[in-house]
Amino acid sequence: MAQRVAIVGTGQTDHKSHRPDVSGREMIREAVQRPLDDCGLTIAEIDAIVIGNMDHFESINYVDTWSVEGSGAFMKPIMKVTTGGTTGTSVAIAAVYHAASGLFERVLAIGWEKNSESDTTAAIITCSDPVWDRFSYSGAIPSLATEASAYMQKTGATQEDAARVAVRDRNNAIHNPHAHLRRSITLEEVMASPMLAYPIKLLDICPRTDGACAVVFAADSVAPKLAAQPAWIQATAVRHTYTWFGDSTNYDAGLVSLQRASREAYQKAGIRRPAEDLDVAELYLPYTWAGLKWMEDLGFCPPGEGARFVGDGHTQMTGKIPVNPSGGVISTNCIGATALLRVAEAAVQVMGKGGARQVPGVRRALATGFGGCFWSDVVILGAARP
Amino acid sequence: MENWLDSVTPLTLEGQIAVPYTWWVGETGSRFLIALRDEGKILGNRCPSCGTVYVPPRKNCGRCYVDTDVAWVTLGSEGTVRSHTIVRFSFPLQPAPPPFAYALIRLDGADVGLLHLIKHDLERLKTGVRVRARFRPASERRGHILDIDCFEII
Amino acid sequence: MDNLAVVGVAQTPFERCKPDQTVFDLVYETVRNAIDDAGLMPADIGNVVTVSNDFIDGRTISSMAVGDAAGAHDKNISTVEGDGTFGAFYGAMRTLGGLGTTLVVAHAKGSEGDVRYVTNGMFDPVYHRLLGIEAVGAAALQARAIMDRYGLTESDFAKVSVKNHGNARHNPCAQLPMALTVDDVLQSEALADPIKRLDCSPVSDGAAAVVIADAEGVRKARSRPVWIRGVAHCAEAYFLGDRDLSDPAALREAARRAYAMAGITHPMGAIDVVELYDAFSYMEPLWLEGLGFCGPGEGGKLLDQGVTTMNGAMPVNPSGGVLSAHAMLVAGLARIVEAVLQLRGSAGFRQVPGAKTALAHGINGPCGQSHCVWVLSNEQ
Repeated sequence: MAQRVAIVGTGQTDHKSHRPDVSGREMIREAVQRPLDDCGLTIAEIDAIVIGNMDHFESINYVDTWSVEGSGAFMKPIMKVTTGGTTGTSVAIAAVYHAASGLFERVLAIGWEKNSESDTTAAIITCSDPVWDRFSYSGAIPSLATEASAYMQKTGATQEDAARVAVRDRNNAIHNPHAHLRRSITLEEVMASPMLAYPIKLLDICPRTDGACAVVFAADSVAPKLAAQPAWIQATAVRHTYTWFGDSTNYDAGLVSLQRASREAYQKAGIRRPAEDLDVAELYLPYTWAGLKWMEDLGFCPPGEGARFVGDGHTQMTGKIPVNPSGGVISTNCIGATALLRVAEAAVQVMGKGGARQVPGVRRALATGFGGCFWSDVVILGAARP
Repeated sequence: MENWLDSVTPLTLEGQIAVPYTWWVGETGSRFLIALRDEGKILGNRCPSCGTVYVPPRKNCGRCYVDTDVAWVTLGSEGTVRSHTIVRFSFPLQPAPPPFAYALIRLDGADVGLLHLIKHDLERLKTGVRVRARFRPASERRGHILDIDCFEII
Repeated sequence: MDNLAVVGVAQTPFERCKPDQTVFDLVYETVRNAIDDAGLMPADIGNVVTVSNDFIDGRTISSMAVGDAAGAHDKNISTVEGDGTFGAFYGAMRTLGGLGTTLVVAHAKGSEGDVRYVTNGMFDPVYHRLLGIEAVGAAALQARAIMDRYGLTESDFAKVSVKNHGNARHNPCAQLPMALTVDDVLQSEALADPIKRLDCSPVSDGAAAVVIADAEGVRKARSRPVWIRGVAHCAEAYFLGDRDLSDPAALREAARRAYAMAGITHPMGAIDVVELYDAFSYMEPLWLEGLGFCGPGEGGKLLDQGVTTMNGAMPVNPSGGVLSAHAMLVAGLARIVEAVLQLRGSAGFRQVPGAKTALAHGINGPCGQSHCVWVLSNEQ
C-alpha cells in the first residue's frame, strides 16, 4: 500500500548570477542545511537523497557521487535523476516515490545549477538530436519563439499581453528574499528590451542563475511530527512527450504534455475547476508567452483566452489564482533547481511560511515543471492529508 | 538470406561538443590554491567535530556535516605514499608523457591522502616511500593544483 | 518487501560497436523484447524509467533520445543517471508507490565516444581532472591498496579474468568469450600497474531492460515471477584520498540493508548465484568481501577453493560478468537480467542448477564509491 507523502521542510540559496564564493558542492551544502533547519532534522536523520542538475552546465559526470560531501550523502543512499528543465520536478517526484514506496521515511531532494560555469546555449544545444535537429532548430529560445509566433497569429495576443506576465512575476519577486532578479520592471521596459528571436525580447525570457534548492519529503508515518502544516502530495503526473523538435510543432494542439499531465493530476486530486479549486500556482514559465498560452493548457481559462485571463488580473496576487508569488522562473533560473523551486514555493504557500509573498488561506497549490522537448511535470500539494 | 548490411558502409556523423567551462573554486579552495601560488605552501583544515585534517581543505566535513573552514593548518611538503600506480598508456589529458605515476600521498599533518603525480625515479616507487612536493618556479605558478609540478621520492 | 517481482527481462548482445543501430533502435528493440518476455502488452506498462548518461551519449538531456522508444508516450516517465541497478531500484519504488508495472531500460553506445574522457569527467575539475586521471588509473590505486594490505597478487586477479571470460563462452550476449590462461592475462599490455588489458572490462554498445510488477501485474504477466526480496544502495566519500580503498564500506552497508530486507543472516549459504560488477578483475574479490561472503582480504581464496567457479557452491558471474561485456550503466541492469534468468531456470548453458536465491550488484562513481545490491528469489 503506497504511503502518503508530505513536504515538511524547504530551503534554497539566495540566488545570484554568479556565486564565486562557493564551488558547486559547497553551494549544495548551503542549500541542504536550510530545509533541515526548517523542519528541525539533522542530516543523520535523512534516509535517502535524490539529486539533480543538467550535467553539461557544469561538466561533472556522476554528480551523485561527486556531491557526497556537500549533499550529506556520506554512507547514505543517493541517486541522480535528470530530465533537462524538468529535472527539479523529476527529482521531487523521485523523492515522493522513495517515501511512497514505504522504504524510506525522510527523503532529501536537491536541485542545483551553477549556470555561470558554462556557456548555457552551447551546453543546451546538445540536447538536440545530432543528426536531425542540432544544426538548425535548437537552443532554448528558437523553439519557444516559434510557439509564441504561432500563438500570436492564432489568438491575436500581442507582445504587450505577454509582457504583462514578466511585469507580474518580476514585481512578485521583490517580496521573495531569495529571488535572483529583485527589481520590478514596467511594460515599457519589456517592450524596449533587445529582441532575441522574434517575438522574444530579453525581458521576456528567464535569466541564468547560480543556485540550489533542497526539500525534505516525509512519509505519512513521520510527517505530522515534523511540520505543523505539512504540504501533502495529492497528485503527480509527468508527460515527456516528444523526442524530436519537429514533432512538437502542431501549435493548434497547444502544449500537449501540460494538458495531459495536468488532466491526470487534476483527476487524481479531485480538481474539476482548476482556477477555482486551486489557491495558488507556481508555474515553470521560462518565458512570457507561456504565461498566456499555458493558462489554457492548464484549464484555467478557455482556449484562446489566455491573454484576457491574465490581462483581467486573475493571476495577480489579489486575483483568483495567483501565479508565481515567488517571482517564478523569469526572476530566478538555476535550471536543475528551477522546477524543484516551484514545488518548494508551492509547499511554502501551503505551509503558510511565505512571509511577504504568502497568499492567504492556501489549501491547494499547483507546481509545474517544463523542459526538454516541450515536456511537462505537474505536482499538486494540499493542506489536507489525502 | 544475405545480410544487406554486410555490403554497405553505415553512415556516421562525426562531431565534437565544444562547451567552455570556468569552474568557481570558492573561497576555501581559493585560499588553498593561493597559498600554493604565492607561498609555495600546502594548507589543510581540521574538522572541529572529528578532528580529521583534510587536504585539499574543505568548507565542510563530509562525515560530520559541520563547517571546517575555521581551523586551518599548514601541512608539511613531505609525506608518505599510501597507494600508487605507474601509468603506461597515453591519453591527451595527461600532464606528462607515460610512464609516470599517480599516488595517494599522506602529507605530514594530514589525515587523508592527496592525489598527485610522481614523474621520476619510478623504480623506487612503492607504498610507504617518502616523497616531497616539488613546486614550479614562483613565476610559473598560477593558483592551480599543478603549481606542485609533482612529488619527488626522497 | 512483499509482492514485488521482475516479470520481464531483455538484453541485447553486447558488442564493441553496433554500427546499424542508434540508441533509439537499441532501446526500442530491448523494450519490446522485455514486454514480450513478460507476456504483456505495451498498454500493460504503467510507467517508465530510462537510464542514460549525458557524457556517454554526448547530449544534454540524454533521456530525450529514448522516451518514445521506451514506450513512454503518454505515460509517467523519469530518468536515473547512474548504473542500471539504481535505475531499477527507483523503478521498483514507483511500482510500490502505486504507478503500476514499471519498465526500466538502460542503454549505452560506448563506441560513439571516448571512454577515457567520459570517466575523466567524474573527477573533480579543480583538484583531479587536470591530473588526467580516469577510471583505469583510479582503479589501479584501489588494486594496489588491496595488494598492499592483504598480499593479494596479480595472479589472484588474473584468475578472475580467466574464470569470467571462460564463463562468457556460455553467454550468447557476451562480447568477450575467451579461453585464457593466467599467463595470457599477466602478459597482456600493461596499462596502469597492476592493471593490464585483460584485467579490464571492454567498452561496449548495448541495452537492457526489466519489467517490475506488483501482485496485480504479476497475475497479468505470463512469465515465472522472480521476487525482489531486498534492495539497497549506499555511497561513501568522494575524494579517493578520503577513502580507504581497500575497505568496501559502502558495499558492506548496502549489502547489510538488502540482506536485512530479505531476512538473510548468513549470505554464504543463503545465496546460490552472484552476478557482481567486475569492471576490473581485482573488483571481484573485493566485492565478495564487501558482500559478506568472506573475511577481509579473503576474496581470492573463494576462487582458489573453487567456491565461485561454475561447479562451486556459489558460482560468481556465470554470465562472464562485466569483464566480458561492459555497456556503461547497462552492465548493472544486465546483472539483474542474468540473475533473473538463473532463477527462472532459463540461463541455458550457463545455468546454475537449482538456483533459488540470487544476488545482483552494480556500482557508480570512481572505484566503486556507490553500490546497489539486489537480492532476488524464485520463491515468495
